[in-house]
Parts: sequence; structure tokens; C-alpha cells
Amino acid sequence: MSSEWPLWEVFIRGQHGLNHRHVGSLHAPDAEMAVNNARDVYTRRNEGVSIWVVRSSDITASAPSDKGPLFEPSNSKVYRHPTFFDVPDEVGHM
Amino acid sequence: MSAAQQTGAAESAALFEFLLRMGDNALILGHRVSEWCGHAPALEEDIALSNTALDLIGQTQLWLGLAGEVEGKGRSADDLAYLRDGLDFRNVLLVERPNGDFGKTLMRQFLFDAWHYLLLKALKGSSDRRIAEIAEKTLKEVSYHLDRSRDLVIRLGDGTAESHRRMQDALDDLWPYTGELFMGDASDATVAAGGAAPEPASLKASWDELVAETLAEATLKTPADGYMQKGGKRGVHTEHLGFILSDLQFLQRAYPGGTW
Repeated sequence: MSSEWPLWEVFIRGQHGLNHRHVGSLHAPDAEMAVNNARDVYTRRNEGVSIWVVRSSDITASAPSDKGPLFEPSNSKVYRHPTFFDVPDEVGHM
Repeated sequence: MSAAQQTGAAESAALFEFLLRMGDNALILGHRVSEWCGHAPALEEDIALSNTALDLIGQTQLWLGLAGEVEGKGRSADDLAYLRDGLDFRNVLLVERPNGDFGKTLMRQFLFDAWHYLLLKALKGSSDRRIAEIAEKTLKEVSYHLDRSRDLVIRLGDGTAESHRRMQDALDDLWPYTGELFMGDASDATVAAGGAAPEPASLKASWDELVAETLAEATLKTPADGYMQKGGKRGVHTEHLGFILSDLQFLQRAYPGGTW
């Protein structure tokens, strides 16, 4: 039965002020039930204050084969990484 | 015993009875719903049903815990759940009905949830602070149960020809077990007189309205109120309760006092 239902990606906001994070996916016939199912599957231990669901088919993803062209060029451009600054001690953890 | 003491004893016996009914409804329905664990038609439904079962069993602990306290004989919620015999159980017959198919389980859940929701809402105003507190806490869970079962009854009733037929069959089959929810007896009257809980009949009009509205949306035909089955509230059960208890109580009966 569940194989006939579309797949949904679930995003949960753990606390006010934090971003929604991807937690997993599930099957549901429509958005409303996807939210209900997400509540039951992913928030059983008080994990969230807000749920987003989005159809997996609506997500456009980068292709693994594009990894080289997309990401590798930035590795060689050290000036893009702010590693040349001395962080004063008073600033603490950044 | 003075007259005042006698009144006090009668009130506390009636309160104990009321709390057993609340606890036993939650326990037996929770057990029934838990039978779906690992068998529901989809993983998501399986987890949702298990959550409902766990909510109900958690509620059982609150109601039976308070029942033991009111009784004053040192019995805990566990003692009451695991060591009473069928004749001492006070759940309505509706909750011991077999699960049937998924649709029937959901229909039973919806008919019960609608009543449970209305009752807990009323119990938030109970003159007994302990009851009001349990109602406050459990109403949140039960509001979700009702949202979910109502939604699924509508979807399946107004779904395919097959799901519609199954839901109508479930409704026709379970309807004669709904009347008992609203039948009061002397003990209900005593509890209601003290303001601890409403008279069961007082919930009927709102329940009828809530149920009729949902069934209309589900394109299901509300059965006429005909002969209503009864007995569970005073310990006269169907043949199903014994099988439930043999499952539920097996461990404590076979290994008395066993813990882990």
C-alpha cells in the first residue's frame, strides 16, 4: 500500500530560533497526512516545535557526478577561506 | 458508622468505580490497538497506531493509579491492571470488540475518541482537582487521536467503493455498542452530584453532532439508535475480554510479582 504513496522529505525544527533540519523521509497520500505521519514517526521523543514536509520529487538535487566541477575548484582557492586572521581570545568560540 | 461517614464511603466507592471505568477503557482499548503493532498496512500507520496504544496505556496508569489511591487498600495501577478478573473490569463493550480490518479499528477508535474527547473536556472542570489534572494532561493526546481517526474515517468512507463499503459495515457493526457510553447508573449519579464528573447522558447531544458531521463528510450513513448492547460498565463482558486478559495478564499470573 505504501508503495503507491508518494515519498515526502521531513524537516523538523528542534527549538525556536534554530533552523529546520532534514530528519528523514516517509510515505503519505498527501501533505496533511505527511505532517501527521511525520509527527508520529519523527517527534515521538519531543524532538520538535515545527514540521515541514516537501514531496521528494519536488527537490532538485545536484548530481553526484558533478561533484568535481561543482565543488573541487573552491578547494584550491585558499583566499576564500578566512584562515589568515588571528582571532582574539576574547571572541571565544566562533 | 455515622450518616456522614456512610455518605463519604458511598461517594468514595462511586468515585473508585468511575476511575476504574476510565482506566479500564483506556487499558483495554490500548491493548487492542497494540495488537496492530507490526501488522498495520503501512509503516507510518503502524507507528501511529502504536503511539495511540502507548498514549492510552500511559493514561491507564494515571486513572488506575488514582483509583488505587481512592480505594485506599494499597493496590497500585499495576495490581489493578494485572491482578483483577474479568468480572471486575469496568470498560465498555465497545473497546473490547475485535480489531477486524484496519477500517473497523479506525471506526471503533473514532467513535470512542469522540466520546473520550468530550468527556475529558468536561472533566477539566471536575470538582476533584486530581481528576481535572489528569483530564488536562490526557486531553492533549486525545485531541490528536480524534483528529487522526476522524481524518482517516473521512478519507476511507469517502474513498474507493471498497473502502466505503468496509467503513459502512464497520459502523453498522459497532453502532449498537455506542449506547453504553451514555448510560448512567447509581454510581454515575453519585459522582455527578458531587461535581467530579458529568452524567454520561449529558454528552450524548454533542457526541451525536460531532459524529453525524464526520460521517456526513465521510459519505457514510449514520445508523438509527436501535437496541444497544450493555454490561461492560458493571462487569458483564463479551467473550472477548477473557482472551484479552489472558494475553495482558499472562506474565503476572505465570510469574507472580515478576519485575524487570
